[in-house]
Amino acid sequence: MTLSVDIARDLGGFRLETQFDAPDGVTVLFGRSGSGKSSVVKSVAGLLTPDRGRVRLGDRTLFDTRTRTNVPVHKRRLGYVFQDSRLFPHLNVRDNLCYTARVTGRGSRRPEDVGDLLGISHLLDRKTHALSGGEAQRVAIGRALLSQPDMLLMDEPLASLDGPRKAEILPYLETLRRETGLSILYVTHNMAEVARLATHIVLLENGCVVRSGAPSELLTDPDMVRVLGVRDAGAVLSAKVVAQPEDGISELLVSAGRLFLPAIDAPVGAELRVRILAQDVMLSATRPAGLSALNILPVQVLALRRGDGPGVIVQLQAGQDRLLARVTRRSADAMGLAPGTACYAVMKSVAVSPTDIAVGLQSGL
Amino acid sequence: MDWLGPEEWQAVALSLKVSFWATLLSVPFGLLCALALARGRFFGRDMLNWLVHLPLVLPPVVTGYLLLLSFGRRGPVGAFLDDTFGITLAFQWTGAALAAAIMAFPLMVRAMRLAIEAVDPKLEEAAATLGASRFKVFTTVTLPLILPGVIAGAVLAFAKAMGEFGATITFVSNIPGETRTVPSAIYAFLQVPGGETAALRLVAVAVAIAIGALILSEWLSRRVAKRISGA
Repeated sequence: MTLSVDIARDLGGFRLETQFDAPDGVTVLFGRSGSGKSSVVKSVAGLLTPDRGRVRLGDRTLFDTRTRTNVPVHKRRLGYVFQDSRLFPHLNVRDNLCYTARVTGRGSRRPEDVGDLLGISHLLDRKTHALSGGEAQRVAIGRALLSQPDMLLMDEPLASLDGPRKAEILPYLETLRRETGLSILYVTHNMAEVARLATHIVLLENGCVVRSGAPSELLTDPDMVRVLGVRDAGAVLSAKVVAQPEDGISELLVSAGRLFLPAIDAPVGAELRVRILAQDVMLSATRPAGLSALNILPVQVLALRRGDGPGVIVQLQAGQDRLLARVTRRSADAMGLAPGTACYAVMKSVAVSPTDIAVGLQSGL
Repeated sequence: MDWLGPEEWQAVALSLKVSFWATLLSVPFGLLCALALARGRFFGRDMLNWLVHLPLVLPPVVTGYLLLLSFGRRGPVGAFLDDTFGITLAFQWTGAALAAAIMAFPLMVRAMRLAIEAVDPKLEEAAATLGASRFKVFTTVTLPLILPGVIAGAVLAFAKAMGEFGATITFVSNIPGETRTVPSAIYAFLQVPGGETAALRLVAVAVAIAIGALILSEWLSRRVAKRISGA
């Protein structure tokens, strides 16, 4: 179900003027804090009223200033997962999960439906204050799912959790994406979450959409590095596990060749997405020999982007995929890098962190 | 309760009846006022706040006299009630209940308002996104969370109503069996020689009820705090 947003609102400090479509899959609304992401989601949910514009979901108009349509929040049928879990303190986990069914008659009365998916089956009879932050957030996601929404809105659902708790929830979100087929509008300013979850990216800056498109295209655009940040710049490749040898180094197939990464927890044949940071990629003019790095892919330079500092971001064609490499200006000049130059991209196996590998890739990335 | 004489017992029973009805009938209005003051953004909100708190700062005799002027049989409101419904308040126990309700109202509204302000509006937002209409949000989220606070407010109001004297005696006088509540009875006993022991017995009753109400109200307030923090 496609969500189509075209809204404007004065937000005191700046003006929100946002227009984008969120197709099926996971649309990530990405931007720095204060870029207006949350205001956009709130407007979609009806918690904030735009000055003008319209919001449509599938063939339903949720908001339109021209026809004076403004469907009230409780009739929009959008599941909302907030940054804080917002569980009802006077209800236990089961009653929180079944809140919609209890109050409105629609929605599911069977918490077992999401219990396994989110790993909360053993928590059903707990009081909410006895839950950890990660558990509470999973219950909040389950509660939104059991309201049987037409679309799920997630406003930085992991932002209030620490690193390990984030790592604990991300796999559940991937399962959710894969198994429910529910469209999700996901707000974040965390690149790792974008790389693992997004099937479509909308980039927001000062209340306006700067770019939108598929992650494979957007994340490897050298012009985006300025927005995404040099440290976070990196490509997302689709890969397939082809071997799991005994030495713990998994062998993956990507369009440009093979990658060797440490101990990926997935069976042979599993489809993955792997995020490779620009700063972890080295370039070599000839095929290096006698090097400890296991990953060497033949690539061709597509574009170079010089920043203000001593670094250069190089966009590379690697088979069907694109890669980004961050090298110094001096090396770029010494190697004579220019669009069309053929060279080799080199990466250490241990450079890819487990949090940058997502199991269960949707086609069409 | 044979340690209380018939006259004293009558006063205690009347006080309980007056306070019970005063509290019960003012709870819905108290809750509405508390909601309006805690959540409402409307013109005249300050005025309402001021009006609700007025009985707290006015001398009770003044409140009683104002009640007599407006609810007395010739007063504008009193005449209307008498002509249309045949209800008279002046010099009746119902008038004592009205005076007690008005005097206790600020305390009740205050306790309820604090409970409402302690509820995180974000929870109500979440309930709305889950499909609850405004009414359902109130009955399934707001009300359960503030219920101990509402009860605490009612208990406080009951205790205050039990002790109301100034406005009551001005508005409905001190008629045995009709408007002679515990405080009025104590006052009356102290006016006659040898009435001290009867007065002291009523004082003991009044102290016990007041302390009991305070303890109950404290306990309920702690429950509301616990409930909202999720413990």
